[in-house]
Amino acid sequence: MKDTKRWIRVVRCEDIPLREGRSVKVGHREIAIFNLGDRFLAVDNRCPHKGGPLADGIVCGSTVVCPLHAWKFSLETGAGVNAASSSSSIETFATSVDDGIVSVEIPVSQAEPHGPQLQSSAHFCDMLAVLADSP
Amino acid sequence: MEKLVVVGNGMAGVACVEQILKYEKKFDITIFGDETHVNYNRILLSSVLAGEKSLDDIVLNGLDWYQKNNIDLRLGVRIVDIDSSAKTITGNDGSVTHFDKLLLATGSVPVIPSIEDVKKEGVFVFRNLDDTRSLLERCRPGLKAVVIGGGLLGLEAARGLQVQGCDVTVVHLMDTLMERQLDNTGGGYVAAKMNELGVTVLLGLSTTAILGNGHVEGVQFKGGRSIPADLVVVAAGIRPNVSLGVAAGLEVKRGIVVNDYMETSHPDIFAVGECVQHNGVCYGLVAPLIEQGKVLAATITGNKGPKYEGSVQAAKLKIMGVDVFSAGEIADKVDGSEVIRYEDPSLGVYKKLTLKAGKLAGVILVGDASDSHRYMDWLRSGTDLRSMRKHLLFPAASEDVGLDVAMMSDNETICGCMGVTKGTIIEAIHDKGINTLSQLKECTRASTGCGSCTSLCQQILKAVAPEFEEETRKTLCKCVPFSEDNLREIVRSQKLKSVQEVLEIYGNGIGCEVCKPALSYMLDMLWCGDHDEDRSARFINDRVHANIQKDGTFSVVPRMRGGVTSPAELRRIADVAEKYNVPMVKVTGSQRIDLLGVKKSDLPKIWADLGMPSGQAYTKGVRMVKTCVGTDFCRFGTQDSTSAGIELERRLENLFTPHKLKMAAVGCPRNCAEATVKDIGLIGNEGSWQVVVGGAAGKNVRKADLLVTVETTEEAIRAAELFFQYYRENANYLERTYDFVERFGIEKIRKETVYAPDDKKQSLRDRLRKSKERSQDAWLERETPRHPSQFVQIKSLEDVLV
Ligand code: SRM
Ligand SMILES: Cc1cc2nc3c(=O)[nH]c(=O)nc-3n(C[C@H](O)[C@H](O)[C@H](O)COP(=O)(O)OP(=O)(O)OC[C@H]3O[C@@H](n4cnc5c(N)ncnc54)[C@H](O)[C@@H]3O)c2cc1C
Ligand code: SF4
Ligand code: FES
Repeated sequence: MKDTKRWIRVVRCEDIPLREGRSVKVGHREIAIFNLGDRFLAVDNRCPHKGGPLADGIVCGSTVVCPLHAWKFSLETGAGVNAASSSSSIETFATSVDDGIVSVEIPVSQAEPHGPQLQSSAHFCDMLAVLADSP
Repeated sequence: MEKLVVVGNGMAGVACVEQILKYEKKFDITIFGDETHVNYNRILLSSVLAGEKSLDDIVLNGLDWYQKNNIDLRLGVRIVDIDSSAKTITGNDGSVTHFDKLLLATGSVPVIPSIEDVKKEGVFVFRNLDDTRSLLERCRPGLKAVVIGGGLLGLEAARGLQVQGCDVTVVHLMDTLMERQLDNTGGGYVAAKMNELGVTVLLGLSTTAILGNGHVEGVQFKGGRSIPADLVVVAAGIRPNVSLGVAAGLEVKRGIVVNDYMETSHPDIFAVGECVQHNGVCYGLVAPLIEQGKVLAATITGNKGPKYEGSVQAAKLKIMGVDVFSAGEIADKVDGSEVIRYEDPSLGVYKKLTLKAGKLAGVILVGDASDSHRYMDWLRSGTDLRSMRKHLLFPAASEDVGLDVAMMSDNETICGCMGVTKGTIIEAIHDKGINTLSQLKECTRASTGCGSCTSLCQQILKAVAPEFEEETRKTLCKCVPFSEDNLREIVRSQKLKSVQEVLEIYGNGIGCEVCKPALSYMLDMLWCGDHDEDRSARFINDRVHANIQKDGTFSVVPRMRGGVTSPAELRRIADVAEKYNVPMVKVTGSQRIDLLGVKKSDLPKIWADLGMPSGQAYTKGVRMVKTCVGTDFCRFGTQDSTSAGIELERRLENLFTPHKLKMAAVGCPRNCAEATVKDIGLIGNEGSWQVVVGGAAGKNVRKADLLVTVETTEEAIRAAELFFQYYRENANYLERTYDFVERFGIEKIRKETVYAPDDKKQSLRDRLRKSKERSQDAWLERETPRHPSQFVQIKSLEDVLV
C-alpha cells in the first residue's frame, strides 16, 4: 500500500467532554482524541510502556498522563515528558474542526492492525501502578 | 562586666543582641519589653490573622534562649524615662535600672489619623500580638469589617479578616493602593486582584468619623457618604517611637538620629530599628534593621569598623495568590531613567523595571514575583545590565530547576529579611552538618523572616546537603505550592468550588495528575458534595466507577454489605458473568465478589443486570466492612457483629475519603474478620464494644489504636463516624489512616473526636450528614450518565477501509 495520508471525519466535538479524551476506532486502529477547550488533539491511544489506554488518562494542559503507570506525553509533539517516559514518544495526528466535527489525518498505509493486541490477563500485580486505585 | 540594657524586645533589638552574643562576652544583658511575649516574628502576624500560622509558630526566641544566654528578661515593663547623665532608666513599675550602655529598640507606633470618635469600641490597630489576638477574638463570619489604609499592612489585615469570614472593605485616602511601593498601574492590578478575592476596595476617600452609639456601626467619609461597619482596623501608617530618645535628650528628628556606626548623640546610648533615622531615612521593614543590628553589634562591642550605609528597600505583600514585590525607585519620572514594562491583564501580571545608566534602579512585580531575588541582587550589587537587555524581564529559558540556585554567586543574598547569603548557607551546611530546613533556620536565621526564600533554601539544601531530608510533605505539588492545610483554608474562605478555579487563582492554571484528584477530593469533602464536580480532574476509575486493569478493561465489585449475600444475588452474579463472558469471577480478600476483565462499554449494562450498588472497590473511598458471624451463629459471639457491620457500612458507603478506607466488625476478641488491622474496627466484648482505628495489614502491618470503649452498638458506630469525618477533614490526600493516626497521635485524635465538646462533635456529625445526603450510589450513573459518551466506545463517523 502507498504511504499516503487521508483526512477522516471521526467524532462530533460534543462527544468529548472538556479536558477529557475518548478513544475512537478508526479501522483497526485506536486513536485518542482530546478536547483542550480551544482545540482538539489526537494521538495513538496505545501507551508505549505497556499499552495503557491514553484516552483514559488525566489531561494536564497539553499533556496526558497514562492511567496505568503515569507516563506522561505531550499531545502536541508526542514526546514523553516525565522522567519515566522521556525516552519514548507516541504518534500524533493532525486534526481539524469543521462544522462541529473533528477530523484526523491518518497515514493510510500504517492504519493497519498494529502490534500485538492488548492482552487480557488474570495476573494483576503491577507494583508500578502508582495511579490505579487499589481495592 | 559592663551592663547593657535594651529597651524593646522586638525584632530589631533582639536580632542585634543575637549579633552581640557572637562577639566575646563583655556584657550583662537586660532586656525590657512592654509586650508580655517573648521575641516573636512580627511580620508573620498577618499570617496568624489569615489562619496560616498559629501563635506558637511565630516565636523567634523562646524563654530557653534568654536563659541559655543569661539574659535578664523583663516582660510587661514599659520604660518611661531615661536619665542620661545618671545613666539610669525608670520603668512604669517604679523600677530604676542602671546601665553602662543603653540600646533603644522601641520600634514604631501606629499613626492614628484625626478621625472623630476613633477611640470607639470596635476600632483596632494591627501592630502587635495582642492586637492580632483581639482581632481574632472579635471577627466572626459575616461581620462587616472596614480597614482604613490601603498600604501593605492594611491589605494584609483586610485579607486576614476576610479569611476569617468577614465581609471586608478597604478604604484608602489615595487614588491607588500601596502608592509607596507601586505606581498607578501596579496599584490597579492589586486592586483588581483584591476584588477577585472578594475584598471591596474604595479609593480616594478620606475618613472623617467613626459612627455608632458606644460601639462601631459605620464609617463616614468626607462629603457625607458613609458605609456600615461592625469593626474597623486603622492601618494608616507608622511613626517611629522616639519618646525615650526625646526624654534622654538625644538628637531626634522624625526618628532618633544615628550615624553610620549606629551611634546616637550620646556616647553610651545606641539605637536600632524602626525608631531610628539614618541619613534622613526611617526604615519600616526588617531587612534594613538586621543590617543595622550587625553594624551596631560591632560598634558596641568595641569592634567599631563596619559602617551602615543605608539599605535598598524591598517590600513584598504577603497575601497568598496576590504576588506583589517592589524595590528601589518606583516613580516614573526620574530624570534620565528608562522604563521597561510588561503587562498581561488577563493573567493579572504586571512587571516594571526602571533603569538608570544601564543599572537597575527600581522594580515592581505584580502577579508573578518569582524573579524578585534576581532583581534584588541587581539592585544591591549595581550590576551593569546593558549586555543582558533582552533577558531582563524574561530570563533565557532553562530546563534545569536547580539552575536558579546554581547560577547564583556565593555572595548573593538568599534571605533578604535576615541578610543571609548563599555562601553563608553553604558554609553552615558543611560546617554544622545541616540537613533540614529547620536546622538551617536555627543556625543561620535564613527563611525566618517573611518566608519567601523558603524554596530557594530548600533548593540549596537539596543541592548541597549530603543527607537532605524534605520535612514532611509541605506543599501539595509544584502546580499549587501550598500545603493541604493551607489549601483547605483557602478553598473554604474563598468559597472556591471547582478544581479549575483553585488552579487558576492559586496555581499554575494547569495542574497535574497529583493535584487534580487531590483537589477534587478536597472540594467534595469541604463543600459536603455541593461543589462543581469536574470529572476531567478525576482518575479514570472515578469517571467510570470501576478499577482499570492492565489491559484497559475494568473490574466490577458490587457491594455486599458485611460480606453477606443471598442465593438470589449469587444467581444474578452468575448470570451476569455468563452473559458478558466475564473472564474471571473471584472471591476477594474483602469478603465480596469480583468480576474481572469487563469492557468499559459493558459496565452500565452489567450494573443494571446485577441490581446491586457499587462496592467502590476502585476509589479513594469507603470500601467495605468485613464481618464475622457473631452472636447469630458463633458459640463464642458476644455481640451481633454482622448487623453492626452492615449498619456501619450503610451509614458510610458512597463517601470519598483521603485514601481507601476499610473496616471490620467482629463479635469477640478472636477477631475472625481482622478488625485490629483495619482503618476502623469494632471489636465486640461482653457488654461493650472497642472502637479501634489506624490498623493496617497491607504494605505495612500496624495494630490499630484503641479510640474508645462504649456500651452499645449505636455508640460504637457513632464513635466510628466521628473518627471517619475527622480523618476526612484532616488527612492529606493519599494518607491512609495508619499514617494519619501516627502523624496526629491517638491522644489528639481522641481529644478532637470522642472527647471533644458536644458542639464540636455535633458539627463533625452535621458535615458528615450533609455529605451523606448528597452522596449516591455511583452506579446509578448508568441511567443518568454525566456525559453521553461516559461509557460509550465511539466509532469513527466515517468508515475507512485500511
Ligand atoms: C481484588 C483484590 C485482591 C483479591 O482478589 O482479593 C485486590 C486487588 C488489588 N489491590 Fe488490594 N485487593 C484486594 C484486597 C486487599 C486487601 C485485603 C482487604 O481489603 O482486607 C489489602 C490489605 C488491606 C489494606 O488495604 O491495607 C490490600 C492491599 C492493597 C494495597 C496496599 C495498601 C497499603 O497502603 O498498605 C494496594 C496498593 C495501594 O493501595 O497503594 C493494593 C492494590 C490493589 C490493586 C488495586 C493494584 C492496582 O493498583 O491495580 C489490585 C487491583 C486488581 C484489579 O485490577 O482489580 N491492595 N488489598 C482485593 C479486593 C478487595 C475488595 O473486595 O474490594
Ligand atoms: C502585621 C505586620 C506585618 C509586617 N510585615 C512585614 C514584612 O512582610 N516585611 C518586613 O520587612 N516588615 C514587615 N513588618 C514590619 C516589621 O515587623 C518591623 O519593621 C519590625 O518588627 C521592626 O522591628 P523593631 O524592633 O524596630 O520594632 P518592633 O518589632 O515593633 O519592636 C519594638 C518593641 O519595643 C517595645 N517597646 C516600645 N517602647 C517600649 C518601652 N518604652 N518600654 C518597653 N518596651 C517598649 C514594643 O512594644 C515592641 O515590642 C510588618 C509589621 C506588621 C505589624
Ligand atoms: S496488588 Fe494485590 S491483587 Fe495485585 S497481585 Fe499484588 S497482592 Fe495480588
Ligand atoms: S502503560 Fe502507560 S504508563 Fe505503563
